[in-house]
Amino acid sequence: MSRAALLVLADGRFPAGGHAHSGGAEAAVKAGRITGADSLESFCRGRLHTAGLVSSALAASAVLGVDPRLLDEAADARTPSPALRTAARKLGRQLMRAARASWPSTELDALAREFPKGAHQPVVLGLAARAAGLEAVDAAYCAAYESVSGPSSATVRLLSLDPFDATGVLARLSPELDRIADRALEAARRVADEGVDALPSASAPLLEIGAEAHAAWPVRLFAS
Amino acid sequence: MHLDHHHDTPAALSADAHRPDGTRRALRIGLGGPVGSGKTATVAALCRALRDELSLAVVTNDIYTREDAEFLLREAVLPPERITAVETGACPHTAIRDDISANLEAVEDLEDEVGPLDLILVESGGDNLTATFSKGLVDAQIFVIDVAGGDDIPRKGGPGVTTADLLIVNKTDLAPYVGSDLARMAADAKAQRAELPVVLQSLRSEAGVTDVADWVRAQLAAWTP
Ligand SMILES: Nc1nc2c(ncn2[C@@H]2O[C@H](COP(=O)(O)OP(=O)(O)OP(=O)(O)O)[C@@H](O)[C@H]2O)c(=O)[nH]1
Ligand SMILES: [Mg+2]
Repeated sequence: MSRAALLVLADGRFPAGGHAHSGGAEAAVKAGRITGADSLESFCRGRLHTAGLVSSALAASAVLGVDPRLLDEAADARTPSPALRTAARKLGRQLMRAARASWPSTELDALAREFPKGAHQPVVLGLAARAAGLEAVDAAYCAAYESVSGPSSATVRLLSLDPFDATGVLARLSPELDRIADRALEAARRVADEGVDALPSASAPLLEIGAEAHAAWPVRLFAS
Repeated sequence: MHLDHHHDTPAALSADAHRPDGTRRALRIGLGGPVGSGKTATVAALCRALRDELSLAVVTNDIYTREDAEFLLREAVLPPERITAVETGACPHTAIRDDISANLEAVEDLEDEVGPLDLILVESGGDNLTATFSKGLVDAQIFVIDVAGGDDIPRKGGPGVTTADLLIVNKTDLAPYVGSDLARMAADAKAQRAELPVVLQSLRSEAGVTDVADWVRAQLAAWTP
């Protein structure tokens, strides 16, 4: 295995469609919930401990070999908003293309065949990590990090926020990222014995509601 | 990449010239250029000129609205199921060059849902002079500038002006009103582009999009085996 593959997979420039999504930041900016670096940090912390934790555990479970179909159903069950489910599948489909080009694997081919319109992104992320020879902890970190890096870079564009402030937010959240990745990995290990119900189901109602409102806007910069 | 030519394999990867079922995919032509230069108007005119002889579809990349797609729908240049809008997250050049996944998905879905198609036109959101399409997304690209954006744009060059497969200098009807020197624009473009073609057009004139439609037909003839 090459640990450096994690850098390729987690790179914000990995061409998997993420640049067009704000992770809920656009809706939160419009609603006045993100107005600067401090409120961006609160938003990211909330997302990390809810959607981020769930994604992280899903991705880690996929690396451990849990059936991706079960994980995809578990992701659906943990995503009340239809708009967010659509976005997660779109991103999963886009990640699938980049992952298959980067780390060709029969497992990825099989998943692409089974979900031609996309499986939930964290599930694809886990299988991509597996195809790259990475470990469950790597996928857990990658998913947790993406849950905050997306909103942060989107907010730089939405508010013309100082990019150094936005990066500072991510750096300050690092110790919490460690803890979330640990918890996600622990849950993923339990899934092997106890089934997908052992996955966390932390939810952020405002993210779900905001996503539904956002999907109905006629004019917006980001797809979600 | 030529990984999948069989019907039991999943979707193709970017520039593959064949669809998963082994048939040759549609020719994809990108249209880029600065805001308001006439990309959508050219797409609309091309659809009108070519729709009776070709099976066509369009992908638009609006920056923050669905205006281009809605204009094409309102003008009824094609049936609605042949027009798809991609959202670009405030970065139109990223969506056509650095991370083309959403656009690839749009062209593949169009071929699956309304195909077989001969030609897909992909319009970029209005952007700067350095914005070009990835070869993984399109087979040929057109860069559209206009006379009203300043007659020194061909001289300034940049990747769009110098490397596009076709350069359109649009809105020549406005040249007298904005004091643009068409002869100079043509000469500067020639100097930047050597043998690559340049079309000066006015969509308000009778000839309209004729020259560009002929160029598209020639691209298609070269693409179809
Ligand atoms: N006079 C004149 N106007 C034109 C011509 N071509 C386009 N226009 C007008 O120019 C304006 C902008 O044209 P669009 O086709 O929307 O330009 P665009 O490049 O698609 O713009 P964005 O997508 O916003 O970047 C419209 O009002 C068109 O009617 C032309 O040849 N002559
Ligand atoms: Mg346009």
